[in-house]
Amino acid sequence: MAVKLVPSRSTVLMAPALAWLTALMVVPCALVLALAFFRRGIYGGVDYTFTLENFANAVDPLYAGIFLNSARIAGLATLIAVVVGYAAAYAIAAAPRHRQPLYLFLAVLPFWSNYLIRTYAWIVLLNREGLLTQLLRWVGYTGEPPSLLYTEGAVIAGLVYNYLPFVVLACYAPLARLNPELREASRDLGGSALTTFRRITLPLTLPGVAAGAVFVFVLSIGNFVTPALLGGGRFQMIGNLVYDQFLAANDWPFGAALAMALIAIMMALLMLQAFAASRAEGRQSREGEEAGRG
Amino acid sequence: MTSERVLLGIEAVTKRFGTVTAVDAVSLAIRENEFFALLGPSGCGKTTLLRMLAGFETPNAGRILLDGKDISAIPPNRRPVNLMFQSYALFPHMSVRANIAYGLEMERLPASEIRARTDAIMATTQLSAMADRRPDQLSGGQRQRVALARALVKWPRLLLLDEPLGALDKKLRGAMQLELKRLQHEVGITFIMVTHDQEEALVMADRIAVLRDGHLLQCGTPNEIYERPAGRFVADFIGVTNFIAGKAAPGGVVAAGGLLVRGTRPDALADGADAWAAIRPERLALFPGPEAENRATGTVETTAYHGLDLQVHVRTALAAAPLLVRVTAEQAERRPVAAGDTVEVGWSAADTRIFAKD
Repeated sequence: MAVKLVPSRSTVLMAPALAWLTALMVVPCALVLALAFFRRGIYGGVDYTFTLENFANAVDPLYAGIFLNSARIAGLATLIAVVVGYAAAYAIAAAPRHRQPLYLFLAVLPFWSNYLIRTYAWIVLLNREGLLTQLLRWVGYTGEPPSLLYTEGAVIAGLVYNYLPFVVLACYAPLARLNPELREASRDLGGSALTTFRRITLPLTLPGVAAGAVFVFVLSIGNFVTPALLGGGRFQMIGNLVYDQFLAANDWPFGAALAMALIAIMMALLMLQAFAASRAEGRQSREGEEAGRG
Repeated sequence: MTSERVLLGIEAVTKRFGTVTAVDAVSLAIRENEFFALLGPSGCGKTTLLRMLAGFETPNAGRILLDGKDISAIPPNRRPVNLMFQSYALFPHMSVRANIAYGLEMERLPASEIRARTDAIMATTQLSAMADRRPDQLSGGQRQRVALARALVKWPRLLLLDEPLGALDKKLRGAMQLELKRLQHEVGITFIMVTHDQEEALVMADRIAVLRDGHLLQCGTPNEIYERPAGRFVADFIGVTNFIAGKAAPGGVVAAGGLLVRGTRPDALADGADAWAAIRPERLALFPGPEAENRATGTVETTAYHGLDLQVHVRTALAAAPLLVRVTAEQAERRPVAAGDTVEVGWSAADTRIFAKD
């Protein structure tokens, strides 16, 4: 077999991205992974002797509990974001075609401001003298102002708010592409509106739902800004724990082990989603070709 | 066969979209077991009318009566009417069998009956071998049959077909025209088909309604529509027609050069009004016999061989466009003509239809 000396066009085109990812993603991740196998130095820092105890500690019920709690909060945020986002995407896809770009633009408008600023806005909204309390007073409520900030609800609200546009975009694409005659065919064959949604619309747009859901979940479970600001540090999530190990407890190796566990969970989910999407995509693209021929 | 009993009554149905009137006071009576075609160019309102019958649009005025009951307000999923979509609209995530069974599942029939009826219709439409395939693994003709089977399996009172053969290539279309007609006889269900293809309507339908700009122009058997078109548009849209412009006069139309073309005049046409004389090309003869009341001399411009016949264009003083004459291959062999020849064209007054200029 002849050795190819001239790199192919696709290699050339991919090289910058690969170099970027290698230098800024793969190498740092490898360093963090390596760190997880060493001991914590007595005065902080790292003692370079091999150990597995960081991973053993990571599965300690205390930390496993935080993992589970993070998963629960991220799961709730995902569920709410998917329901709200799918409904919004459905409405946008059903709107007159020339107005759809405007609605999509409005849906992603929050991205134009900084994540921190958006999260601080929620503090202004939720705190004891915040806008919500004032609204309650204005409609005649006189009792003790409700404590909305620094609750699990506030954390979930913040996560949903920040990641909702991803769900809207991910769900809009398959909904807009769905042949409206499929829904009509279901109605024509005797299906109610609900049955039509359950058996036709939803299954055919599920790849978008899955993509949006995985996105929200992965970004939520590792998030540390929102729990810190809206949860007031009272609701520890994995992200906060990792943050604390690196910056407060100065236990880098244990922080690295926790981070690796989190990355493993995220990778598993992303790969599962990519696998499911590629299967669904294969089916849809074949359909597209068929339709194009007709 | 077609009975005289009216199954579907369309009574002065009107549908407006904004300022556009898509269907304007159309009335039709469709009989039990009839194969009926709604024919017209795109934008004539035929698809809107079909969608009102299916329940996807609601008429602004008029009534739609099925078996004597007004169904205008009944949603599509509660009508004993099924539609075969032009795009087929097969569910891409379901097998052929699941697509066909879907409508029966909606009726909550027992599983054994669903299976039996699905199997039976797949046998009728020659789909049994591909029951477990998905729509993307089928050819165009096979997908068309799945769409048909999916609608037929519900035993509807009325089956609506939106351009059923539109997505097929020409050769397959010819075969499917006869196949669809045979199937309609076999299942004994009333079919209403929308098409823009006049040949398809002539071949397949028992009766045809010709629509234009939301108006019903004519309704009749293929023979009536072809031989006695109600106006210039129908004569032009169905088949090929020679038109000679002129002014109505006793016994016919006075064409260019003061020549009288004799023909059957409608009563409503006043002498001196602008009018058309219309003659089918197969009714024109070169070297006419003494029975031809109308005659014109002209020059052969082109001849085109079409297998069964020779199409000869003859320029005459009668009309701006040359007259198209269809000569059978046999006649052409007996008396050959070539471009440049001077010939006489003749036809009978009975074959000449006269229309008001619209």
